[in-house]
Amino acid sequence: MHKSRWSNIIFYVGVVIFIAIIVFPFYWLIITSFKPPEQLWDIPPTWWPSRFYLGSYIAAFTERPFLTYLKNSIIVATSTTAFAVFVTSFAGYALARLHFKGKNAILALALSVSMFPGIAIVSPLFLMMKEWNLLNSYIGLILTYTTITIPLSMWNLTTFFRTIPADLEEAAKVDGASPFYTFIRIILPLAAPGIFTTAILVFIAAWNEFLFALTFNTEDALRTVPVGIAMFPGQYTLPWGDISAASVVVVLPLIIMVLLFQQRIVSGLTAGAVKG
Amino acid sequence: MQKHRGIRSTGIPENILGYLMVAPALLCILLIAIYPVFRTFSLSLTDMKMQFPNMAKYIGLDNYISLLQNDRFWSATYNTLFFTVVSVALELVIGFVMALIMNMPFKGRGLVRAAVLVPWAVPTTISATMWKFMYHDQFGVINDILFRMGFIDQYQSWLGSTSSALWCAIIADVWKTAPFMGLLLLAGLQTIPAELYEAATVDGASKVKQFFRVTLPLVMPTMLVALIFRTLDAFRVFDLIFVLTGGGPGNSTETLSMYAYTTLFRNLNFGMGSAIAVLIFIFIFLISLVYIHLLSRQND
Repeated sequence: MHKSRWSNIIFYVGVVIFIAIIVFPFYWLIITSFKPPEQLWDIPPTWWPSRFYLGSYIAAFTERPFLTYLKNSIIVATSTTAFAVFVTSFAGYALARLHFKGKNAILALALSVSMFPGIAIVSPLFLMMKEWNLLNSYIGLILTYTTITIPLSMWNLTTFFRTIPADLEEAAKVDGASPFYTFIRIILPLAAPGIFTTAILVFIAAWNEFLFALTFNTEDALRTVPVGIAMFPGQYTLPWGDISAASVVVVLPLIIMVLLFQQRIVSGLTAGAVKG
Repeated sequence: MQKHRGIRSTGIPENILGYLMVAPALLCILLIAIYPVFRTFSLSLTDMKMQFPNMAKYIGLDNYISLLQNDRFWSATYNTLFFTVVSVALELVIGFVMALIMNMPFKGRGLVRAAVLVPWAVPTTISATMWKFMYHDQFGVINDILFRMGFIDQYQSWLGSTSSALWCAIIADVWKTAPFMGLLLLAGLQTIPAELYEAATVDGASKVKQFFRVTLPLVMPTMLVALIFRTLDAFRVFDLIFVLTGGGPGNSTETLSMYAYTTLFRNLNFGMGSAIAVLIFIFIFLISLVYIHLLSRQND
């Protein structure tokens, strides 16, 4: 009895240490964002703001084009999500249900594309975007992000469509409905949870992408959040307060989203891994 | 039910409908992913400079030959391999411990599972910026913590020293991705039926023996898949290095992706940069082959 109480305590101490290590960088980010300028350069650094200073937040939104970065990221990430999910809902259904040759080849192709390193295609894509006048545009990024998220999205949705019982479609078929009609009116509504999960994963991937955003959109007015924040640093002194404030604004909604949809995200991420 | 018959009468055969529904996704993949791979290869056989794209001429394998004789390329390859092997190994061990913990029933388990997802969801450039500030040689909290605990007797320039900078990147990467590994492994652990452990206990197998005889073999397929994803991700590491060190000091943290980026977009040498990209592609292909081989042996 005594022994198990001690092992219990050790267990909880271990868990607390793990959580502390995970959370600490966020704690540091948040207190840095509220530190008044003179306190940012304290040696040794102080672990709590002497007063809650909002100047860094105001500066991030007014003196820096952070609002523009946010707008760009929202446009690019939501459009990508809409396109990728739209396109792969059709593809996923066809791959899960319809009979035609080459289905496995298409799935294998998508899987291998998901392994492509971005750097392996960035040079020709840059030239293509240049030829098509799509550098420094939303469309160039949306097109690229849609493509790189299609494999993940297609696999997830194909797996999900397969879990929907086939009886419903057979019943519709007996009623004389075409496969397309069955898909739109019967299957899609049932697949809504899977589509939603896929949409979250695609959105996060598009929101966080860096390499293509960095190389395609070099004008400040068209930069996305990850690039904007990486480029925030001024020439000589780093504006840590402003960077931290901007980061908090980006990170908080993501944290809330992750906490709300935790189970969906985990099931979406692990579906492929566990089934092999 | 008039509508049904109307649609049915358009009478698209099922296989044609299948191809039509797959076509948009397939077209995107072919145009934006497959075709560029071939074009990267053809670019790598030229001496194209971004400033004068029309003056590019075919130079055969010259780019590859000069890369293979270039110390900077080998140092980038070494850094990439070192980063990949060390960070994936640490992530596997730490992730496994996390998965075993999260698989036990205890108060606050839901909270722990949610917390571990957060580092994964944050953009790498932001987490890298956070770590960069924490590593700072004067105002960094890591110096403060280590100094107070007596591990160092003066503040260190962690990112400014060739001996520690790559380790800094590894630690930041492990922080971000070990929890993700933990979640994947947890999903694998949850598929193991409890009866197997009960049977092992009845047979008198110790906890340690149960881990090696029951847990490890059954979680192996999931672990291999998780390892493939993580290894390929670690091998193409870019965002983290770009923000944390930019490849410095003295190229000591320059990975292959970083080297390719610098060659392409700073030196504007598209021929040479594409050759590095092709070599990265080949490395990734070889790594995938090894894992696929392991996976198929596992399934036999």
